[in-house]
Amino acid sequence: MIELRGLSKTFASANGPITALKNIDLTISDGEIFGIIGLSGAGKSTLVRCINLLERPTEGQVIIDGRDLTEMKQKELLEMRRSIGMIFQGFNLLEQRNVTQNICYPLEIARVPKKQAVERAEELLELVGLTDRRKSYPSQLSGGQKQRVAIARALATKPKYLLCDEATSALDPATTQSILELLKEINRSMGVTIVVITHEMKVIDKICDKVAVIDSSEIAEVGEVNRVFTAPKSQIARELVMPNAQSTKHISGGEKLRLVFNGESSYLPVVSNLIMESQVPVNILFADTRDIDGHAHGQMLLQLPDDPRQAERAFSWLDANGITYSREE
Amino acid sequence: MSEMFFKLWDKGLIQLGIWETVYMTLISAAVAYIIGLPLGLLLSVTDSDGIHPMPVLNRVVGVIVNIFRSVPFVILMLAVLPVAKLVVGTSMGNKAVIVTLVIAAAPYVARMVESSIKEVDKGVIEAVQAMGTPSLTIVWKVLIPEAKPSLITGAVISTVTILGYSAMAGTIGGTGLGQIAISYGYQRYNDDIIWVCVVLTVIIVQILQEIGMRIAHRTDKRVRQ
Repeated sequence: MIELRGLSKTFASANGPITALKNIDLTISDGEIFGIIGLSGAGKSTLVRCINLLERPTEGQVIIDGRDLTEMKQKELLEMRRSIGMIFQGFNLLEQRNVTQNICYPLEIARVPKKQAVERAEELLELVGLTDRRKSYPSQLSGGQKQRVAIARALATKPKYLLCDEATSALDPATTQSILELLKEINRSMGVTIVVITHEMKVIDKICDKVAVIDSSEIAEVGEVNRVFTAPKSQIARELVMPNAQSTKHISGGEKLRLVFNGESSYLPVVSNLIMESQVPVNILFADTRDIDGHAHGQMLLQLPDDPRQAERAFSWLDANGITYSREE
Repeated sequence: MSEMFFKLWDKGLIQLGIWETVYMTLISAAVAYIIGLPLGLLLSVTDSDGIHPMPVLNRVVGVIVNIFRSVPFVILMLAVLPVAKLVVGTSMGNKAVIVTLVIAAAPYVARMVESSIKEVDKGVIEAVQAMGTPSLTIVWKVLIPEAKPSLITGAVISTVTILGYSAMAGTIGGTGLGQIAISYGYQRYNDDIIWVCVVLTVIIVQILQEIGMRIAHRTDKRVRQ
């Protein structure tokens, strides 16, 4: 379990101190995939670096499995870091080492005998599907392949935790999907607790169990992904859930409601069924849905007629058909 | 070609000059690296954005390096001759010249090494720190190997600079192509001797450059092969 208690971080700069994190309290349970989302500059990268003390917090405690990292001696801290893997947006592979040598690096540091290390690397190459590239150098690999090597390297010492700092932000959508699936698989089969830092809601939506929304150095909201997705409480969460829907605020008239598609069948024509069966004409203000393997993902913002009886009919149809929605003010 | 050239050639003085220039340069470069490499590593590691910032030490070493770097070699050479006498027992001849070359080149090498090490991607350093690598291990296992192609390129540039310095050493009693150009060419009005030395120096530099760059290229795994 990772516990952050009253964590703050200020950087000194020429124009006075800059606050990157303010009084952060978070608990990440074992076996979870925990997402941390925020706009750029919100402090999320600093936050993840505080977990393994790459950044030393100005105040507060980082407690992992009951041990406070901020009170550890340098040697203990280095030891501790070997049980926390980390991957990055820029992959950060050693350019002068080939794939196998990269995966063996953390094992060299942990003084694992070479033969054993190479065997472990081979297992991991199988896991990430790169056995045929074992002798390749990073410059010969694509972005997705580099991230797979980075994942294998991060898992070499069998860490309990894996920190992912914008790990898919430099990748195209298809590669992003495959990397996210790999992370989910690692979480499921090896029980590795994963912390995912991202600015993209779809990454959270795809793999995370819980999410913390961070805004101007503070935690704005924490909760189950489904809950935050369907009923965001904070303004920032609302913006992240529907990044393009801001312009609909000024639209007056009937009540607005938000439909959330979270993996239901995309073969079901939900909106036309709603209109035909409840006999309520609705206005689509915003839609951002996509089909992933036959499942609908995304959101739709609908406006109901002024007549409250018609609106009520629409709501009862949605309830009766088990469609996830929330009322917007 | 003048009579003088054939006389020198027959006596084997030109051939000896080439050899002396090459060996003085290479020995000086090697010793300059023995001193300059650790200094350069120290400068990059203890810098404010290095892996182990030590501002005071960094500033002190930096200032010393800059003092040596800012004195022109012809002057520095004369100024450090007493040191040469202290180290090799004489302030004359090639032994003394090598000492002055090393003193002049080591700070230069330190700066070359520092800039190569600073080229190593900060993200890679962060990644290996996240894996729990102690600072000294980062130097051996990450900084030097990752900077290797750049370090080799830097060594070639440093060696060529030292070769240039070695020619000036002809004025204080060193031998080699510089001394031949000065005493047989310039002082006895044989322009062709000067030009022979120019051409030979250019050829030596080209060979050094070519060999060095090939090694750098071959060791660089970032280049698709």
